[in-house]
Amino acid sequence: MARIVGGLTTSHIPAIGNAIARKMFEDPYWKPFFDGYPPVREWLDEVKPDVAVVIYNDHGLNFFLDKQPTFAIGAAPEYRNDDEGWGIPTIAPFKGDPAFSWHLIDNLVHDDFDLVTCQEMLVDHGFTVPMQLFWPNYADIGIKTVPLVINTVQHPLPSPRRCYNLGKSLGKAIESYPEDLKVVILGTGGLSHQLDGQRAGFINKTFDRMCMEKIVDDPEHFLDMSIRDLVVEAGAQGAEFILWLAMRGALTGKVTARHSNYHIPISNTASGLLCLENAA
Amino acid sequence: MTHNKEPIPGTVMFDGTQAMKGYALNKMCYSFNNKQNREEFLADEEAYMDKYGLNDEQKQAVRDKVVLDLIAAGGNIYYLAKFAGMYGLNVQDVGAQQTGMSVEDFKEKLRRAGE
Repeated sequence: MARIVGGLTTSHIPAIGNAIARKMFEDPYWKPFFDGYPPVREWLDEVKPDVAVVIYNDHGLNFFLDKQPTFAIGAAPEYRNDDEGWGIPTIAPFKGDPAFSWHLIDNLVHDDFDLVTCQEMLVDHGFTVPMQLFWPNYADIGIKTVPLVINTVQHPLPSPRRCYNLGKSLGKAIESYPEDLKVVILGTGGLSHQLDGQRAGFINKTFDRMCMEKIVDDPEHFLDMSIRDLVVEAGAQGAEFILWLAMRGALTGKVTARHSNYHIPISNTASGLLCLENAA
Repeated sequence: MTHNKEPIPGTVMFDGTQAMKGYALNKMCYSFNNKQNREEFLADEEAYMDKYGLNDEQKQAVRDKVVLDLIAAGGNIYYLAKFAGMYGLNVQDVGAQQTGMSVEDFKEKLRRAGE
């Protein structure tokens, strides 16, 4: 049977993609950020997951406002990125696992989560940046992926509780898959940031620290928050924390934080990294 | 069910009202994912804006490149980022413009948030 080995969180800021392309790992601005990742890569080297389910939001590459799904999932043999308008390089494609995707779709829809299913899907920086951060050699090792998109672009967004419950269904669906797959779940985006309006540049370190702590042992702390509450506390784009909650909902066992890193600022954002082990 | 829609200072929630208002503007910005479209826009901005049916408020905001005006005209920041990117403006430049700060001061404000 498939097993969920853990959950990872990371910010997915596009500037990171450019910094990776330019190999700015030792640059003084970037070093405190990039230095958080090698311990997580060591953990991944030990655990060797077969599949990554990547929970992110599309920022206007695959979806436009003509059709804006609340939840969408990839079921394609491979996923490519593309020009997003400002210079993130096109990189090697990511492998999919359509059979596994369809198993998740069957079970999630059965559990009342009516996802949009995508047999073709472009993945943007929300997906590619986390994958590159955790698996710089993803193309060589051939790790398979399932992109899971949650709308954070156009309100109304799904609530923290709804996203956490989606994660719970996702976890059950993964663990009912008959193949012996090791699965890791990525919750991307966040932490506090706001790009738009006179409040641009808003960062809330106190709230972020609380998120980093409570998502490990007390994720249900957030379930009565509204999206508006999240925007007040974490900024307009800090509402991406719902992507972390969906990841956390999928972890079913004893969850232990193996590594964490929090750094301000990367671009306009407080960046948060967590590696959560999910013991049976 | 009612829920709290009280405005948050300095923040425009991009909801259905904004999505309807800004549809043409955002659709044009979405087209900038494609390099040929970016070149076509830069070659003749007015013709390109007409092609996408922007209203006068949206056209003026595009000509002026004033981000707060683009947002007021229904622009969504993720789509506007594609527009700003054509001019080499990143989110710190955009943040500085919206808050009336220099880019250096805006970056310093971000850095201080980490202290």
